[in-house]
Amino acid sequence: MSSNSRFVPAALGLALVMFAAAPFVINTAPYESTMGLVQRIFYFHFPAAMSLFAAAFTCGIASLIYLRTRSARADQIAVAGAELAVVFGIIVLTTGPLWARKTWGIWWDWDAKLTSTLVMWLIFSSYLLLRRFGGPGSEMLSAAVGFFGMMLVPFVYVSVNFWRTLHPKTSVVPNLPAPMLVPALWCLTAFLLLFISLLLLRARLEASRSDLDRVALALED
Amino acid sequence: MTSVIAAAWQIARKDLRVEARSRELIYTTIFFAFSCVLIFAFAFVREGQPIPNASAGILWITIAFSGTLALGRTFERERQSETLRALLLAPVERVAVYLGKLLALLVLLFAVEALIVPIIGLLFDAPLGRAPLLLLALLVSGTIGFGSVGTLFAAMLVRAQSRDVLLPVILYPIVVPVFIGGVQGTSAIFADEPALAMAQTWLAILIFFDAVFVTLALWTFGPVMTE
Amino acid sequence: MMPDVAGDFTVVQVRDVTRHYGRRRALSRVSLECRAGSILGLLGPNGAGKSTLLGILSTLLRPTSGTVLYGERTAHEGGDGLRAAIGVLGHDLFLYADLTARENLTFFARLYGVADAGRITTALERAGLADRADDRVGAFSRGLRQRLGLERALIHQPRLVLLDEPFTGLDDDSTARLTARLASLREAGAIVVVATHDFETADGLVDRAACLANGRLVPVAEGRGRLRERYRAAIGSAVP
Repeated sequence: MSSNSRFVPAALGLALVMFAAAPFVINTAPYESTMGLVQRIFYFHFPAAMSLFAAAFTCGIASLIYLRTRSARADQIAVAGAELAVVFGIIVLTTGPLWARKTWGIWWDWDAKLTSTLVMWLIFSSYLLLRRFGGPGSEMLSAAVGFFGMMLVPFVYVSVNFWRTLHPKTSVVPNLPAPMLVPALWCLTAFLLLFISLLLLRARLEASRSDLDRVALALED
Repeated sequence: MTSVIAAAWQIARKDLRVEARSRELIYTTIFFAFSCVLIFAFAFVREGQPIPNASAGILWITIAFSGTLALGRTFERERQSETLRALLLAPVERVAVYLGKLLALLVLLFAVEALIVPIIGLLFDAPLGRAPLLLLALLVSGTIGFGSVGTLFAAMLVRAQSRDVLLPVILYPIVVPVFIGGVQGTSAIFADEPALAMAQTWLAILIFFDAVFVTLALWTFGPVMTE
Repeated sequence: MMPDVAGDFTVVQVRDVTRHYGRRRALSRVSLECRAGSILGLLGPNGAGKSTLLGILSTLLRPTSGTVLYGERTAHEGGDGLRAAIGVLGHDLFLYADLTARENLTFFARLYGVADAGRITTALERAGLADRADDRVGAFSRGLRQRLGLERALIHQPRLVLLDEPFTGLDDDSTARLTARLASLREAGAIVVVATHDFETADGLVDRAACLANGRLVPVAEGRGRLRERYRAAIGSAVP
């Protein structure tokens, strides 16, 4: 745990520094031709979306491990992942419509990526609701939801994509001209550092909770 | 020890016999489904004409809502007298219990759909005869997709609190692809210019979903049902 | 007399079993042993952990820590086959109200792989339900349902029999019948574990008593005196 306790503050500190510097880094990128200033939301929207997927997969894999091994640590990471998926999901779902409003004049258009994100957000919100209101033993149940949620990602994406497409195609990142790539990667790194440190912090909080339960029980002896 | 299929069949038969005895679920689910159709019809009919493709959406929403009702009720029945526990105590593999309950649920839902689909065809002038086999395949695979995840989740929730409201909360997001596929495939058939190839693609997606999620459910049922 | 089920059931050992839900402790470091051909009473007030311990013995619940050994095997090693030798009568009797007595027995007998007509008929007679075999269970009184539930639990001649509060709501006659039935199980070499808060009945029936209070085993003095007094004495001294 000691390496952990040095890593987290370091990562968090670095992430905050990067966020503070982000506006300046973003400023170095040229304006995108058609969308102008608004396009710069992309530099937060895209990393938030990546963090959402990272959180979703973390939750899903931890849930799978919990289903097979009932490891308390896996459960703690799954909860942390689900909460972060919800948080980053909110960021994506607010920056997305803001961008869409300015660019296309409507708040919401049922395009593939945003709708898929909404469904994923719903799944992990339902995970949290289940844990909160399901009563004792809901760790196992929510692990099933988390695992299914992760396995669903390709299906949701394919079906919603097939249904509507208005979003820029996925290949926008590799095709980014170099001056735009730098701020994009900068913000992505900042977001991912934030994600990892928050994940570990939250998992540790959950571990402390169960430690507290254990101590409370031992005290009764 | 009986094999998995035989045990599942016994359990499904038992469920169907219980249902045949009381007929509670079949009556209430059909009437509920019919009420659903009516309520949505009032919402989506303008000046005496249904909005185009409203029928496909209404059909699948009705399946979702009545399916959830049937799921909740069938597991509530197992909760009385704790018979689900008795099933889990029997020396049959856990997946047999899952398959048996799933099979019985599917029979019930197919029976409901057999009545509701013609009613919808009647009320909304939907061209049921245009591609009946394709429509049937869509209904079957969509219902299986919904039922497979639903049976797992409903069984999981039997011992949980707030189970009535939590079932739709955790189920609906996961089955979104099923309903997208079902509605889009059905409206492709019902559309003024039918796109049967499109409907077939959606059918393929649905079948793939079914294969993956039935497998996942079979895999997950055992660990999840042991406390 | 007892069918030779794969697996050794001469003794079932509970070793240091703990079970808790978050901060709620259901069982704490319970250890006991049950031998074939004996009846163990699990005594204690409501909420003491009796049902939890029975749940763990039946393999449906997993202990948070500790192990249960059936002969030489754990529940995990025994797998599905282990459950073939365990019979459970829960507090809620495990019967389908919409099916008839015969249908209930036949269904479960099939699941246990012992569905022959003779066995079903014998079970119905033992339960005193030969003339009501084809009536819906939902219409039965508690006593009748309990008798049927017991026969359902025993239809596969289990080596380990677990009963949760079986004497609830029974009149004297039914209680005597049940006691006799359990005694005959003991004669046949089964391990019987009965959880109850009915001290009087337990007194005349059980070979040994394990008393639970707040999830812990309370040592109760052997020997003389009625069980209830001994329990009270033990509880009294256990309270700080």
